[in-house]
Amino acid sequence: MQEAESTITAEGVRKRYPGAPDGTGLNGFDLRVAAGSVCGLLGPNGAGKTTAVRILSTLLEMDAGRASVAGFDVRTQGRRVRERIGLVGQYAAVDEILTGRQNLVMFGRLNRLPVAAARRRADELLERFSLAGAAGRPVGGYSGGMRRRLDLAASLVVSPPVLFVDEPTTGLDPAARREVWTAVRELVDEGTTVLLTTQYLEEADRLADRVSMLKEGRVVAEGTPDGLKSALGGDWIEIVFAGPADAEAARPIAARVASGELRLDGPAHRIGVPVAERTRALVRVATALNEAGIEPEDITLRRPTLDEVFLHLTGGAAGTEAERPAARVNAATGPEDPAEETV
Amino acid sequence: MNATTRRLPSGAPLPRLGRALADAWTITLRDLNHWALRPGTVIVGWLFPVMTVLMFGGLFGGAISVPGGGGYFEFLMPGMFTLTMLFGLETTMTAVTTDAARGVTDRFRSLPMSSSAVVLGRCAADMLNSVGGLAVMIGAGLLLGWSWHGGPGAALAAVGLLLLLRFALLWVGIFIGLAAGGPEAVTSVQILVWPVGFLSGVFVDPATMPAWLGAIAAWNPLSATAAAARELFGNPGHGGGSWIEQHAMLMAAGWPVLLVAVFLPLSARTFRRLKG
Repeated sequence: MQEAESTITAEGVRKRYPGAPDGTGLNGFDLRVAAGSVCGLLGPNGAGKTTAVRILSTLLEMDAGRASVAGFDVRTQGRRVRERIGLVGQYAAVDEILTGRQNLVMFGRLNRLPVAAARRRADELLERFSLAGAAGRPVGGYSGGMRRRLDLAASLVVSPPVLFVDEPTTGLDPAARREVWTAVRELVDEGTTVLLTTQYLEEADRLADRVSMLKEGRVVAEGTPDGLKSALGGDWIEIVFAGPADAEAARPIAARVASGELRLDGPAHRIGVPVAERTRALVRVATALNEAGIEPEDITLRRPTLDEVFLHLTGGAAGTEAERPAARVNAATGPEDPAEETV
Repeated sequence: MNATTRRLPSGAPLPRLGRALADAWTITLRDLNHWALRPGTVIVGWLFPVMTVLMFGGLFGGAISVPGGGGYFEFLMPGMFTLTMLFGLETTMTAVTTDAARGVTDRFRSLPMSSSAVVLGRCAADMLNSVGGLAVMIGAGLLLGWSWHGGPGAALAAVGLLLLLRFALLWVGIFIGLAAGGPEAVTSVQILVWPVGFLSGVFVDPATMPAWLGAIAAWNPLSATAAAARELFGNPGHGGGSWIEQHAMLMAAGWPVLLVAVFLPLSARTFRRLKG
């Protein structure tokens, strides 16, 4: 593991769009992505994900701050950076009139491959992304998933060491989404460093080694998906009852095994019981309910999803103390937690 | 992955200009491939001015008396050549704005290619398209009884001035295409192409218009090119007494140069600052 080496770094990056409301753009964005890892950049619309990618891929100039990619300064060594990155944008940025093969040959040529090499590479990639059968057809007739795969292939004609993937699966059906995920995973296995932005937490959970959560142009939490989840409060048992009477009767029983405050959802007759020891607590609460003659409709052991972490961090009031513990997770890896510094 | 396909180091032997030209050619080739895959679009684009000339020549030919005598087609054709150059603007705008809206421009900008190659390639492809369109129009004119009466040198000079206008309009098109921010906005600009075309000396002598309208028409860059082309082809023209009409030849070169001087830097600036 070469954790120490960061392939993508950003420090205090700021960008405001003229005329745009406060909180859009970037307001002191910090990021560190280790070589050969996948960093998931998560956030709601307008949090600054795309702005961050556009600045790091030299498409947009920052107002202030510093950023480097593959060891080169984004601001002053743009061409060097562009020689080492691939960009997969929000929409499949391929030529719709040309065939899939013509697209890849063109991007190969623009990446300075000689004609023969560009053709060979195009065929390799078409094969690899299961597009060989459609290679001679105009892209306009491709399905959404095929286009995205072609888009991904187009950014890989020269196997860039760093790949930016901006919301790669927005608008794709589940099967196509899985295809894209597989393709990204394979790249990482080959050593590519990937910065992935997404609104889908499942996607980040699947693909990312580390996740940075973005809110109003700043990273509010950073860590591994598991670390972020356990920081939110660990496991709990969720019990669903048939009616309010059962739920009421079960409350004192649940309270006995709970490691914290019960979470009650009255209308759904649901009780959330935070627990420290997962299975022991489950057995205890099930036995106690049985003895009391209460039969729950459902009883499950749960762990917070990234969705819940995300909503917790980006939903409630900004900057409350409740956010802070999560923001400190895994601060050990980075030199210091960026989110804490910028305020 | 195959190590030989890794990006070449940037100190590649090819000098900068050579690389820019190679990239520009790749972009031009892209458009040529478009034509091959969708020949209909190009052909319709070339035949549309022919249809216009038939329509106007047929409709108004009998009613319009040409200054200095002669058939209306003799007067109309150089104007229609000029208008064909203006129609080319739409091709440029549409291509540029579609690329920007689809993210293709961003992809180009994220590549280590020469940034001027994107516009150079566009430029070459559109000029080729317009040369084709002009050839079709000249052919149609000859079939309709139009002809040039000066020497071949003068005729070529007229073609040169027409293409110079097209070159200038290319930069107008690139700028509008980049600044418009979407195909919808371009549609509204396209509507303006017609009044700009009509309010000129393309179809009639500006002297026949109300004075203020005639003055605007005379100062329309299209009028200068049309008048100069008429003169060089040896076709009947409208003299006109104003300074601008007296200096059609000068202005047929001056207007395009001015347009390029304004819109080339504007386009370059917009391209660099694209936000998408």
